Amino acid sequence: MSSLKLNFTVPGDDFTRAGEASGSVKKTLKDLGFNPEIVRKVVIALYEAEINLVIHAGGGEIEVEISPECISMVLTDQGPGIPDVDLAMKEGYSTAPDNVRSLGFGAGMGLPNIKKYTDEMKIDSTVGVGTTMYLKVLTN
Amino acid sequence: MKVYEIKEILNATVICGEEFLDREVFTACGSDMMSDVLAYVKEQAVLLSGLVNPQVVRTAEMMDMQCIVFVRGKNPDDSIINLARDRDIVLLSTDEGMFSACGKLYEKGLRGGASV
Repeated sequence: MSSLKLNFTVPGDDFTRAGEASGSVKKTLKDLGFNPEIVRKVVIALYEAEINLVIHAGGGEIEVEISPECISMVLTDQGPGIPDVDLAMKEGYSTAPDNVRSLGFGAGMGLPNIKKYTDEMKIDSTVGVGTTMYLKVLTN
Repeated sequence: MKVYEIKEILNATVICGEEFLDREVFTACGSDMMSDVLAYVKEQAVLLSGLVNPQVVRTAEMMDMQCIVFVRGKNPDDSIINLARDRDIVLLSTDEGMFSACGKLYEKGLRGGASV
């Protein structure tokens, strides 16, 4: 079965452009005729993750692989890393600065949201090196 | 409820999307916290917010929302308006506060529907 790969570079510290990659993936999935509920799950998770790249990591790379069975996303950054992933997964826990809160994010809902909307989520993070997040949404 | 009724009830001005005012909408949510909109909102077509930045439009885009109402007389800049225009999202601005705006729309039949 064929699959489609999309790659995006997310610039750091540019909130006006945060969401461009997710919007583009949304359009592609819609054009390919995926179920709207699947599209919604993918884009919410990806958008939160994209915002995280901008807020916490100074940008990064997104790779999306679309196949009829699942949508896989890998987000890679060379940011500060996450010292305690379990703590970061807790609702309400946030290390985002105040200027991020003024944009409507930084409430500590990002990672829990991503988990809620994906079927598989894995985070590999090393402090001082960076973080890679693997996400998967199954189509049925 | 049609979008033009929201405009009338809230005495709002249309910032963009004049051509989409006859869209039918059934539910709305009011929030300044976009993470909450992403976490809890489902199928709501209208977003009321006092937050004015591009991420409000991006959030509406991800959630398939049809219309954003900026409360407390807030007005978006051109970059935000262009973002909404490209995505066929109606932007309205009202002088009403969040509580009053939501109350007036609820009174006229628009419902919430967000659930945890």
